[in-house]
Amino acid sequence: MSQTETPAERLVKGLWRENPVFVMVLGLCPAMAVTNSLTNGLVMGAATAFVLVGSSLLVSLSRKVIPDAVRVPCYIIIIATFVTTVDYSLAALLPAAHKQLGAFIALIVVNCVIFARQEAYASKNPVGLALADAVGMSLGFTVSLSMIGAVREVLGTGTLLGFRVLGASFEPWAIMILPPGGFLTLGALLTGFAWFRERRERGARRGGLAQGAVRPGAEVAR
Amino acid sequence: MNDLLFIFASACVINNFTLAYFLGLCAFFGITGRLDTALRLGLANIFVMSLTAVATWLLNTFVLPHAPYLRLITFIVVIAGSVQFVEMVIKKLSPALFQALGIYLPLITTNCAILALALFATNRGYGLIQGLVYALGAGCGLTLALVIMAGLREEIELSGTPGLVRGVAMSFFVAGILSMAFMGFAGLFHGR
Repeated sequence: MSQTETPAERLVKGLWRENPVFVMVLGLCPAMAVTNSLTNGLVMGAATAFVLVGSSLLVSLSRKVIPDAVRVPCYIIIIATFVTTVDYSLAALLPAAHKQLGAFIALIVVNCVIFARQEAYASKNPVGLALADAVGMSLGFTVSLSMIGAVREVLGTGTLLGFRVLGASFEPWAIMILPPGGFLTLGALLTGFAWFRERRERGARRGGLAQGAVRPGAEVAR
Repeated sequence: MNDLLFIFASACVINNFTLAYFLGLCAFFGITGRLDTALRLGLANIFVMSLTAVATWLLNTFVLPHAPYLRLITFIVVIAGSVQFVEMVIKKLSPALFQALGIYLPLITTNCAILALALFATNRGYGLIQGLVYALGAGCGLTLALVIMAGLREEIELSGTPGLVRGVAMSFFVAGILSMAFMGFAGLFHGR
């Protein structure tokens, strides 16, 4: 984390290079538990964004006041306060979505993405940068959740945001909206990104034989 | 008695915390490299979960009726506090056990499965005994998932997987298949 980066650079990093779900593999519980449809993914992303931006702002503002020894309980209480706010607001404004997400809204408290950003970034950086970081990370998180949610909704029910996108002849893969679908979708997406990255690296090397590329599946003699 | 058995089985295998609710995944993917550490982490989890169940019941009965909006904050603070306290007690009374649990005891505080246990038990209105049984079931289920996963990963390390899926992606596929297998338990109490 260099000292010279601008808020804009910081923001973009959260979106892609340091994407919380796909690159750092954090915050997995919500990333899979609620993403059986795109709508749920978006609501969860927005709720997490509110908590992350709010607590980053507060932690960054009070970074010189909070003694190092008790910083963890302080962060937790700040985060828990924002989560309680979100929980109650959602219950009042979007009762249907709140019911769908259930206890997972409350569980944003223990989302490691939020805590990791406070510990690693907001507590050490001025407000502007901390906010940019929080917004970038929130966007990255929301985009990841939406991608997983979209894949699972399309394959699992043939709809997207409730509208039918695949023809009537499509037989929905019920497994995709059930728990195993979450693991499989994320595994497939991660494999896809690894493939993409490797292809780009190979392209950068101008046709030279890539080292450590796909190895042929070694036979396992058991 | 039958009800308690049902609560236990439901938390342990049918609605396994890790494989059906996606809770405690950080530990599930992070620490399941070796079988013995996975087992120890699981046991530490059972222990902390039982403790949480008691704390939750106390809070729900005596504190929260007066201030329901403090639910989350009190839960997380009490869980973190009690884990810290237990850590100090174990360190004093049984250094050997403390050594065995090592870093896993403090880490458990931030495990989402613990807070989820407190919230689910509250939502379902469990009493003290039911809550404890629920905690034991959930803890056993978590341990089961951790141990199975660790065993599988030890084997996968030794076999030739394609470069693209090596590491985390492979673990996700394996977890997906495990999760499918656990769905089979759904019919366990069908006759009831």
